[in-house]
Amino acid sequence: MTGLLDIVRSVDDPELPHLTIGDLGMVRDVAVDGRIARIRITPTYTGCPATEQIRADVEAAVIDAGYEPVVEFEMAPPWSTDDISPEGRAKLHAAGIAPPAPTGDGPVSLDLPVPCPQCGSRRTRLTSAFGATACKALHVCDACRQPFESFKAI
Amino acid sequence: MAADLFTHVLRQGDRALVLSHRLAQWITHAPTLEEDVALANISLDLLGQARHLFTYAGELEGEGHDEDHFAYWRDASEFRNPLLVEQPNGDFAVTIARQVFHDQAAVLYWESMSDSGDTTIAALAVRARNETAFHLQHSAGWLIRLGDGTDESRRRAQAAVDAMWPFTSELLGADDEGALRADGLIGESIESTWQVAVADILLEAGLERPTSIEQRTGGLHGAHSEHLEPLLHEMQGLARAHPGATW
Ligand SMILES: [Zn+2]
Repeated sequence: MTGLLDIVRSVDDPELPHLTIGDLGMVRDVAVDGRIARIRITPTYTGCPATEQIRADVEAAVIDAGYEPVVEFEMAPPWSTDDISPEGRAKLHAAGIAPPAPTGDGPVSLDLPVPCPQCGSRRTRLTSAFGATACKALHVCDACRQPFESFKAI
Repeated sequence: MAADLFTHVLRQGDRALVLSHRLAQWITHAPTLEEDVALANISLDLLGQARHLFTYAGELEGEGHDEDHFAYWRDASEFRNPLLVEQPNGDFAVTIARQVFHDQAAVLYWESMSDSGDTTIAALAVRARNETAFHLQHSAGWLIRLGDGTDESRRRAQAAVDAMWPFTSELLGADDEGALRADGLIGESIESTWQVAVADILLEAGLERPTSIEQRTGGLHGAHSEHLEPLLHEMQGLARAHPGATW
């Protein structure tokens, strides 16, 4: 069901309006059996308050496409910022949000300078690990003197 | 009686929920706007972890209880959180000392649980560890700045460390979870690693590590300090006044 998969993937993330849940790598599977569409989604940050909104938006999109949705959230294997697609990373960058570094085996220290999404300089400093949403940290660029946000790698 | 996995998961959920509520009490009162945002974010992460843990506790218990049941419809004696997290916020130094002790334990706990034989907890552990690493970076950074700051900030930081220290042993594991460990459901003891890591942070902060202070325990078995009940009264009031309310 490529058509329905694309529809589900194109649902917007409520907190990052320029990104879809497909860009974020949250859609694990779409399986259609008659009129029933079973959607498996993995949540991002455990504290993400958008999860219920995403469920409602996915259900609405599936109903619009003529199916009866069964949306399941699955934890295993856990989501990571490595699951964000190249398109998603490009959209973050275009929105002035530094994309997350690859995580490898564990959390990425926030002490490593994040390249400035505006001018590309690595002369940047972390100002706070906690921003306007659970997934973002705040930085300032010493080259272009602009503050910016980064997507925290987990 | 040996604790079962349900009790273990409930203890972790209660720890996360009660500390989440304590941190939420700082909102609009934190020393700076950035700190207000930071404490709110940490609170929200802990709330998210608590929700996952309570949902899973409900599945393990098998009596149809959901996350709201565990959060809103139990009394203080039914909560299984360590005493540390229910301690009042005090001044900012007390909140930070409490948070450093907690975050260091939480990072090590989730790390040890990523190999759990229970796949549900193991999956949650990977994400919770990474989130909690950010919390520890924040709280430890503050404790070091307070300890290494002015005479007054150092005095308050040391007083806070001394005040929170008696509540730390309970963070490092329960006395009745040996069978869970033998079955590979919970990880190795985090105690020695925690002691070393916390000693390092205190050293960097220029603060004394308390030694001869008697430990206080009981929260993991439902024997709480006088501070939990008022906290629950505040947290549960709305849900109990309007059962089943939604917005
Ligand atoms: Zn720049």
